[in-house]
Amino acid sequence: MNDQAIQTAPSRQSASGSAGRVTGGQRLRGEDICIEVENLNLWYGDDQALKNINMQLPRERVTAFIGPSGCGKSTLLRCMNRMNDLIDNCRLEGQIRIDGQEIHDKAMDVPELRRRVGMVFQKPNPFPKSIYENVAYGLRLQGVKKRRILDEVVEKSLRQAALWDEVKDRLNENAFGLSGGQQQRLVIARAVAIEPEVLLLDEPASALDPLATLKIEELMFDLKKHYTIAIVTHNMQQAARVSDYTAYLYLGEVMEFNDTDTLFTNPSRKETEDYITGRHG
Amino acid sequence: MRDWFKKGTPWIWLNAGAVAISLVMVVGLIGHVAFNGLQHFWPRDIVAFEYAEPGDEPVQVLGEVDRSETLTARGARERGFEVDADEELVTRHRIKRGNRDVTGQDFTWYVEENMSAWSYPDDAVRLERREWGDFYGFLREVRVGDEVVADGDDAWETFERLFAENLPRIEEIGQIERVEIGAVNAEIEEIRLAQRRLAMDDTIPEERRSEQEQALEDERGRWEAEYDQLAERRNELLEEIRRFQVMLETAEGEQVVMALGDIVKPSRPNVMSTGEKLRFYVGEFWDFVSGYPREANTEGGILPAIFGTVLMTLVMAVFVTPFGVLAAIYLREYARQGPLTRMIRISVNNLAGVPSIVFGVFGLGFFVYFMGGGIDQLFYSDRLPAPTFGKGGVLWASLTLALLTLPVVIVSTEEGLSRIPGSIRHGALALGATKGEMLWRTVVPLATPAMITGLILAVARAAGEVAPLMLVGVVKLAPQLPVEASWPFIHLDRSFMHLGFHIYDVGFQSPNVEAGRPLVYATALVLILVIIVLNLTAITIRNHLRERYRAEGD
Repeated sequence: MNDQAIQTAPSRQSASGSAGRVTGGQRLRGEDICIEVENLNLWYGDDQALKNINMQLPRERVTAFIGPSGCGKSTLLRCMNRMNDLIDNCRLEGQIRIDGQEIHDKAMDVPELRRRVGMVFQKPNPFPKSIYENVAYGLRLQGVKKRRILDEVVEKSLRQAALWDEVKDRLNENAFGLSGGQQQRLVIARAVAIEPEVLLLDEPASALDPLATLKIEELMFDLKKHYTIAIVTHNMQQAARVSDYTAYLYLGEVMEFNDTDTLFTNPSRKETEDYITGRHG
Repeated sequence: MRDWFKKGTPWIWLNAGAVAISLVMVVGLIGHVAFNGLQHFWPRDIVAFEYAEPGDEPVQVLGEVDRSETLTARGARERGFEVDADEELVTRHRIKRGNRDVTGQDFTWYVEENMSAWSYPDDAVRLERREWGDFYGFLREVRVGDEVVADGDDAWETFERLFAENLPRIEEIGQIERVEIGAVNAEIEEIRLAQRRLAMDDTIPEERRSEQEQALEDERGRWEAEYDQLAERRNELLEEIRRFQVMLETAEGEQVVMALGDIVKPSRPNVMSTGEKLRFYVGEFWDFVSGYPREANTEGGILPAIFGTVLMTLVMAVFVTPFGVLAAIYLREYARQGPLTRMIRISVNNLAGVPSIVFGVFGLGFFVYFMGGGIDQLFYSDRLPAPTFGKGGVLWASLTLALLTLPVVIVSTEEGLSRIPGSIRHGALALGATKGEMLWRTVVPLATPAMITGLILAVARAAGEVAPLMLVGVVKLAPQLPVEASWPFIHLDRSFMHLGFHIYDVGFQSPNVEAGRPLVYATALVLILVIIVLNLTAITIRNHLRERYRAEGD
């Protein structure tokens, strides 16, 4: 079942060309599509938070979601690993496919999905355990017990998150002893330790100082070699710096989706231009 | 003045005042209990005086001054003293004379007016006895067999030497009576039960039956021989000790002969140095804490009560913690939050307000009669009509108290769980943890300090509870501890002694209230100490865990 879904992926990818046009995604041609969102509607109780979203997220690229507060960008991000399931009165219609596999299928194993689609939250949320155990958490969930493997993965992940040099001498200390920026990178290391395909970053740098932000941004350049990344940010410069593609959301709708250069230099809609130039109220 | 109000200074004073009053009350209470409880063990000097009611012949009195008070003349007359018409104030002393077997009364009031010739004789002796309470008098002779081996000034030295020599024998007798004979009796009882089972079982063919009967009979014979041996050894020791006797003289000049084996602890407080007194004091206190009660609990130690209290509390903790924690986890994490959960939560909270005696009645009806009776029917039918579990015992008392303290554990565990931030839960879920893994690997460990807080409160409540226990297993005097060397080591079906009940019993149910009063304070002090120790243990564990799971935001 799983294999089959992956095999059918290329055919869906070619079919997605038509949907791509809707959102101005012609530039996606030639990209390998990882996540497809089709006619996605979402309600919190009676309030519709997402309206008819269609978009594709290309593999091993950074896609940024920008837009004013409450426009639904975090909600959209959380749909992709079904974190919205945790919200009581949340209702959803439409489809999200990852590698061609519908994630809202009854047969979908949600923990397995979340293992494939890692997530980093706005506020660093390390567990109150040692640095080592934080990174090893996902592996231990999978039943990995061998110290050698754990050691290897922990080191590799911390290196990927550019944290290894800072913490290698105190792996057994409590993670709360780290600074905010280090904690956020630790959380990223924790997410990449289980080798997901996709990384969802929900305003990962908003609680950090500029220097730590810079480190996270540098990190993203390295990470996109291996992962498909979706990032929500309030910071326009950040979106422009780190992302390959950008979606502008407004009141639950995707106003514009394009490659980042085009969207920032030559937005096709007035609302987008107003927002990125700061004229939006 | 208005400024003073505006700044909120009165509130600070009010709040600080409330704290100060609470503090004074707590310190005062514990201080009062500690003072009254601890002074009892101090060897007080023995006073001798002449007492003559007007018109009567003077009598010699020997004893300890227990209490002194000053009365108005009228009050004294009301209490039955003859007081001269020109007196306005009367001082009277309560003297502990001991010698209950001779005088019939431990404590007597004496009016100071009528006392004369106070002295503290060096050779005054206080003997703590196995029966009849303390003896006060003078040592005159030491006898071995019918021969006087020492008298006069040498008597005390010889007595002390012989007493020390005989102590091991006395201890051995105690060991034989309390432990070894008990074990043999238990074995013989087992055999009796096996014989009864055999007699009731009619599926066994005739020849096998007689074979087994014979085997049991042999076994029984062996144990009975063992019993006889022990009894013989005990009698031998008794015989040996009985040879040693002392002849004493009371203050009134009456001569009393006493066997060495009847004496628990001799002392001559009037010639003790402070150091010796201190040593004696520590020894007395230790005997109190580590000894078995005598004389309807008014003398001796409280070891079984301490033991019973601690064991019952621990067993209760073993029941209530997992049960309460699991219930709280379900209520908070799994159950759908709605009117039903809210109602359950309110009910649980209200359970904490139900008077404890109600739990006692429930425990008696449900645990003891229903469950205990059922267990007896099913597994111990050969012992009926003597109940095994169908009577009060440690197990049922612990379960009853577990029920009583369940709300405390549930409420604090729930609070602990609700304090774990959502970000930690989401972090775990986002790494592919199932709900169960998220809970058991991350959230529940983080909530353990809160659970232990609940446990601390539960222990504090349970250890001090008396009323329900009286219905489900506490007794005035338990012949055996619930834990012993013979299989299965922990006998949770046994009734037990409890410090709280011991206080009630000694203070209000004993025939000798005056003698018991200091023991009430001492027992109360020990109860407080036991609770403090139990709590400190739990608090240490909790702080250790807190350190490990330092909360977010530190």
